[in-house]
Amino acid sequence: MNSITSTTASDAQAVSLLIASKKGAFVLRSNETRDHWELRGPFFLGHIIHHFVCDPRDKTLLVAAKTGHLGPTVFRSTDGGETWQEAAKPPAFAKAEEGQKGLVVDHVFWLTPGHPSEPGVWYAGTSPQGLFRSADGGATWDSVDGFNENPMRLAWVGGLGDGTPDGPKMHSILIDPRDAQHMYIGMSGGGVFESLDQGQRWAPLNTGSVVTFLPDPNPEYGQDPHCVRLHPLAPDVLYQQNHCGIYRMDRREGRWIRIGDNMPQDVGDIGFPMVLHPRDPNTAWVFPMDGTQVWPRTSPDGKPAAYVTRDAGQTWQRLDRGLPTSNAWFTVFRQAMTADECAPVGVYFGTTCGEIWASSNEGEDWQCIARHLPHIYAVEAVNFAL
Amino acid sequence: MKVSIPSPLLSYTNQQQQVDGEGNTVAELLEDLNRRFPGIRFRLIDEQDAIRPHMRVFVNGEMVESLEVRLQATDEIHLLQALSGG
Repeated sequence: MNSITSTTASDAQAVSLLIASKKGAFVLRSNETRDHWELRGPFFLGHIIHHFVCDPRDKTLLVAAKTGHLGPTVFRSTDGGETWQEAAKPPAFAKAEEGQKGLVVDHVFWLTPGHPSEPGVWYAGTSPQGLFRSADGGATWDSVDGFNENPMRLAWVGGLGDGTPDGPKMHSILIDPRDAQHMYIGMSGGGVFESLDQGQRWAPLNTGSVVTFLPDPNPEYGQDPHCVRLHPLAPDVLYQQNHCGIYRMDRREGRWIRIGDNMPQDVGDIGFPMVLHPRDPNTAWVFPMDGTQVWPRTSPDGKPAAYVTRDAGQTWQRLDRGLPTSNAWFTVFRQAMTADECAPVGVYFGTTCGEIWASSNEGEDWQCIARHLPHIYAVEAVNFAL
Repeated sequence: MKVSIPSPLLSYTNQQQQVDGEGNTVAELLEDLNRRFPGIRFRLIDEQDAIRPHMRVFVNGEMVESLEVRLQATDEIHLLQALSGG
């Protein structure tokens, strides 16, 4: 149990953080003023948990799990984590025809609850890049063939060696709150893609997003978005933290604008996560990392800081009060930074060295609320006590 | 036939380290186990019917790599997890 400096929220609510780590899952839950946190878990000790997500529609919990040896699967709980059931049919690619080499899901990387009009629908993104859909709350999963069997898939994603060092990934599965048919996905590598018919057909959405690691810096696809976000109250506003900078798009214009050019030059605009303010489409947080030369992927100069923009990326403000001031060489992964829905907004991140940091005033002040956990892969916030 | 279960899969067999199984091939045996212990097969065998990289199947002490290997009712099967990890 840990305490942080008291900051009273105007709409006090308990918050729970769903933590996915290299060695299991945990829950950190707060009191209503978010100044006291209690750790619950571990769940699935020893399992590699890439994502731990709560369905806001019915509070079903899903975890994406595997071990170093056993195949990938999904576990679900409908009683707040007291009991868990394994998916009867986990995400898996179709069996290849005789003599053909088929795809194998290495791990489930991303979980997204479906549109509010479709109770029980979930989507999963995998490594290598695959998209799967469940219509029964995660009990059984089917291939979204419009992507997985698309004749362009290999051209879009490249081979297994063209992704991130621990496997190419599909992530950032986004559902337009106005239209269950309208979806986005992000892929490392591959880029951002959009579907208007719930995944049957896909089109690249990468104009303006540069690539510094290919001969052509402006390809139609092949980019490496690390984290893509859609604002829930302004669904035409998209942001992404890319391998090659921070971008914003107004979908009606259809072009990514590199708002990371406005970051301090000595920090740069490379990182993994990006988090949006739940009510203000102009406010977003990032957590820069060192993307120079051999890509250390640590906090620049060992001095971690979040950066916030409150004007849609025109200006950025450094937020490091309370964070280590030197020799802190951790990394914050793409799924490991999140925000709650309180006022003021709580912002949270987990590190590769097993710490959870929290700010209950939108990043102005930070406190470490858990340490000595395993390597953190993902952190998600829900506005109730789990 | 008798089938030894490795510790990472005991959650599927109600902690039984050895279970009975039936089948004329390794594939049939694994289908039989999966009927009685749902989910166990996919943790061992991927969707292309390959034994996962860190898992092993031994028949009477000999490692097999194909699910089509034929079995006898008296065979002893060991499902094993390789030593690796971190």
